[in-house]
Amino acid sequence: MSDNSNTIWNAFALVATFDADLYEIILLSLKVSLSAVVIACFIGIPAGAFLATVNFPGRNLVNILLNAMMGLPPVVVGLILYLLLSASGPAGVLRLLYTPSAMIIAQTVLVTPIVAALARQSLEELNTEYSEQFKLFGLTRLGALSTLMWEARFNLLTAVLAGFGRASAEVGAVLMVGGNIDHLTRVMTTTIALETSRGNLAVALGLGMVLLLISLGVNALVYGLRLLAGRAKYA
Amino acid sequence: MPENQLQTILPVQGKGLKIIRNARVLVDIEDIELGRQGVTSVIGHNGAGKTLLLKLLTGLIRPDQGVVTWNGKAPWREGYAKLGYMKQNAVMLRRSAKANLEFVVRQAGLDHITGISRAKIALEKAGLSHIANTSARLLSGGEKQRLSLARVLIGEPEIVILDEPTAGLDPVSLRAIENTIADLRKKAIPVVLVTHDIAQARRLSDFVMFVDQGKILAHLPADEFFSIPPCIEADRFLNGIM
Repeated sequence: MSDNSNTIWNAFALVATFDADLYEIILLSLKVSLSAVVIACFIGIPAGAFLATVNFPGRNLVNILLNAMMGLPPVVVGLILYLLLSASGPAGVLRLLYTPSAMIIAQTVLVTPIVAALARQSLEELNTEYSEQFKLFGLTRLGALSTLMWEARFNLLTAVLAGFGRASAEVGAVLMVGGNIDHLTRVMTTTIALETSRGNLAVALGLGMVLLLISLGVNALVYGLRLLAGRAKYA
Repeated sequence: MPENQLQTILPVQGKGLKIIRNARVLVDIEDIELGRQGVTSVIGHNGAGKTLLLKLLTGLIRPDQGVVTWNGKAPWREGYAKLGYMKQNAVMLRRSAKANLEFVVRQAGLDHITGISRAKIALEKAGLSHIANTSARLLSGGEKQRLSLARVLIGEPEIVILDEPTAGLDPVSLRAIENTIADLRKKAIPVVLVTHDIAQARRLSDFVMFVDQGKILAHLPADEFFSIPPCIEADRFLNGIM
């Protein structure tokens, strides 16, 4: 009991005293996850918008595949990227394996289907509501699409948040392509896994608290925004 | 301004229009033309095909057979700036009432300042200045319909088509919309009004188009239509008999 109390106390102390190593890990984690989410948004939102508004043969099949990809197993993604990025792989020449860039790629692969599928769903619903009205406004296809995305802005924010949640909690893929190298590719989730196995529970717990706080903070912010927008009927 | 934005869209015509779904003929119209000055009321039972007919003529849907033309040409995108079509259920953008109007003005290619000024005037005319900054989706049914009509008129259309604009409205909103229709009539802007309210059709119409089972059974001056119903179907409709 006393050991557990000490562990919790030490975890708080590490966070509260701004332990340099701990904050280096936190900053790298944020950098990797935010970069992945931004890239995923640039790919996923237009892809979702395309699927929501354009009819083409095989669209339903693409939607099924996209939804299935929301649950991609991270270790499988990690393995495939490892094979691609390793020295003997087709992208080995880029020398990206065991770098933060490889971790960003891995998280982008995991997050993009989530952003795209959720964006498609909300844009499709709004497109049903607005498509005739947009035609009456005389909008071009591009104009209709950008207006649709603006009207869906709060729904899209939720899609982005879901993507961030997936990215920040991910451990398997980043461990495989990042290697969990100290001061280079060590992020919160991989450090928690490592330090727990080493028995260094204070560091693991401290990082766990920070991870939860970040997740809670981002969720609270988006929830608050949606609540305000919903009350004012902008969502 | 592009040339096709300056061209008139009148007359709006349809020839040989047919829509068939599950072996049921929903619209079957040989010849129709909109653009005559005055108020033309389109009346008929629920499901008679009135809204479908308007959606065909406004190019929102395509007929299975037949052609729709605006000024002799296939409907073109820029032409919508001159077509004021108010849908049965107002679809509002997720923005303030004022921003909903400014959006339409911006689409017409006018600058931001003109947009603000026109939106302000339109809100005043519609009696909605007090809710200018309220989200359009928070407005009451009557306010939404008045805003929707203001949004249609702010583009200064050549023809105004209103699909049941006063259904379920309180007397104040109803009066406001009917006054606007009367103003348009004075300005010689053709108005096509879909209504189930026979008293309203009597009050406002110059012409009546009676639609039944997808067909136009009568298109006559209002006095003539109401004094001597031209067919048994119209007579039954006017007397509330299915």
